[in-house]
Amino acid sequence: MTTRTVPTTPDLVRAALAGRRFNLVDSLLAGALLLSLLSSLLVLITLLADTVRTALPVFADRGMDFVTSSLSADPAKAGVLQGILGSLALTGFVLMIGFPLGVSAAIYLEEYATDNGFTRFITANVRNLAGVPSVVYGILGLALFVNLLGGLTNGRTVVSGGLTLTVLVLPIMIITTSEALRAVPGTVREASFGVGATKWETIRHHVLPIALPTILTGTVLTVARAFGESAPLLLAGALVTNFFQPSADASVVQLITDERYTALPLVVFNWARQPQEEFVQLTAAAVVVLLVLLLSVNATTILLRDRFEMKALR
Amino acid sequence: MTSRMPAQHLSETVDPQSSDSVDPDAGILVARDLTVHYGSFPAIKDVSMAVQPNQITALIGPSGCGKSTMLRCFNRMNDLIESAAVTGRLTYHGVDLYSPEVDPVQVRRHIGMVFQKPNPFPKSIYANIAFGAKIAGIKTGLDQLVEESLTKAALWEEVKDKLHESANALSGGQQQRLCIARAIATSPDVVLMDEPASALDPIATLRIEELMTELKREYTIIVVTHNMQQAARVSDRTAFFNVSVSDDGHRTGRLVEFDDTTTIFTNPREKSTEDYITGRFG
Ligand SMILES: Nc1ncnc2c1ncn2[C@@H]1O[C@H](COP(=O)(O)OP(=O)(O)OP(=O)(O)O)[C@@H](O)[C@H]1O
Ligand SMILES: [Mg+2]
Repeated sequence: MTTRTVPTTPDLVRAALAGRRFNLVDSLLAGALLLSLLSSLLVLITLLADTVRTALPVFADRGMDFVTSSLSADPAKAGVLQGILGSLALTGFVLMIGFPLGVSAAIYLEEYATDNGFTRFITANVRNLAGVPSVVYGILGLALFVNLLGGLTNGRTVVSGGLTLTVLVLPIMIITTSEALRAVPGTVREASFGVGATKWETIRHHVLPIALPTILTGTVLTVARAFGESAPLLLAGALVTNFFQPSADASVVQLITDERYTALPLVVFNWARQPQEEFVQLTAAAVVVLLVLLLSVNATTILLRDRFEMKALR
Repeated sequence: MTSRMPAQHLSETVDPQSSDSVDPDAGILVARDLTVHYGSFPAIKDVSMAVQPNQITALIGPSGCGKSTMLRCFNRMNDLIESAAVTGRLTYHGVDLYSPEVDPVQVRRHIGMVFQKPNPFPKSIYANIAFGAKIAGIKTGLDQLVEESLTKAALWEEVKDKLHESANALSGGQQQRLCIARAIATSPDVVLMDEPASALDPIATLRIEELMTELKREYTIIVVTHNMQQAARVSDRTAFFNVSVSDDGHRTGRLVEFDDTTTIFTNPREKSTEDYITGRFG
């Protein structure tokens, strides 16, 4: 048996409780962690700063003209209007079709489907699909939406591109929604069923409101992903050349079924390949526009999420 | 308001051969040879008991003996567990609760439930109470219903000035009374309570017990409890469940003794009942 010594006098207690304020291992570790954070941030910040610095002359010279001008082979006149319109239209498609479809599929899988071999097979496949390279979705989009369903989509149009991106983000949408639904405590469901609610009433009034903030966070990431994609759009038929003008008085339907559209990442891609010196600056400027747009799309979604969060409380 | 079942239904029942100990007409809820399996193993087996209207029936017994399982049969909450299978017969006013034409959603509007852990919706106090009524199609008189239910649950005075604040901000005891108010707001016939006071301090527990005694004038109450004094204080009849362990190690709950509470606590028929209530038990 070991003898146990308990310090009793104030002096002994003080001695027993005193310790080094400075712990070497802890401090070293904290330093190393901070360093890795800074180095990854540093790359990002350098990149951003460099881009903004290169782009600055364009915005200084032309201001909003760059944003509101059409694509052109003449660097002095070239702008990103079609890119912005195209990207927003594509994002709209992803949100309007991908969001309800993805959320519905997840609700079915999590809340309605019985847990059997078939549903597990589906879930596993959805997970695999989320990891498929985006260029593969481009090939799918080309085969399915441009060629096979060309009669409906009118070929290489925003509709085809939007549907391709929707299919691309659908698995991610389903997975994030499923996870959000699974995180809703079972006690809430029991409480709702306990007062005689049906399954749908339970989902509609309790499960979805609780899961919605997480679902919307997932949506933000999903939209960002779709916004930045270029490879699938190249395959599904977006234009990369400079030489097209949308007619100024075209209706929305005409615009989205026009066979000539592009998206901001493609504008960047195309300009980066141009030999002229001026396009270096233009490319940087287009990147800045892309980032600003992306941030505002995300900010809108986050605002929406916060409003839902407030509402769910009531 | 939900309508009560007409009294004529009381006599329309079961084949009297299947059980000897239970008179089919003798209760609002009558279980006969009720068995519940989770997967392939029975959690409770051959339970027969009759619950009387406007009484408090207590279910007691060691942990894992199937009290919650039994309780959840009464309003078909076990339907929500995929692996659970209920066999035998359970009648409510003589109507088989598990017959195909019975909708479990409707059952739960007649037979409400209060859970062990207070589980208010993360919404306002008002919304918690009004939800059950709203989905039952009641659109008018909600304010009055909320006040009435909260008053019956002895919570009105404490929350009347913050009806539109989140229910999560209430104390545990207040939350549990809110859950009771929520359960009675749909004017059920029977209220099931699964250890409603187990998370509460003695004073809050006492309030819940007083409340139950109040409520039994209007409702039939079945309560699961681990607290012997509580069962003795509030219940009219007590059912003692016990587990038997089979050769392959599976634990199955059985109803050992079901009688007036005074009999169970002063003069039990079975040795195991006496051991359990006097605390001489695992
Ligand atoms: N959802 C479930 N799936 C599988 N088995 C379950 C499930 N719920 C309960 N059981 C099993 O059924 C048996 C009875 O459980 P039950 O919850 O009814 O006991 P209880 O008497 O309420 O216990 P306690 O007093 O601890 O709450 C236990 O052996 C338990 O493991
Ligand atoms: Mg239990």
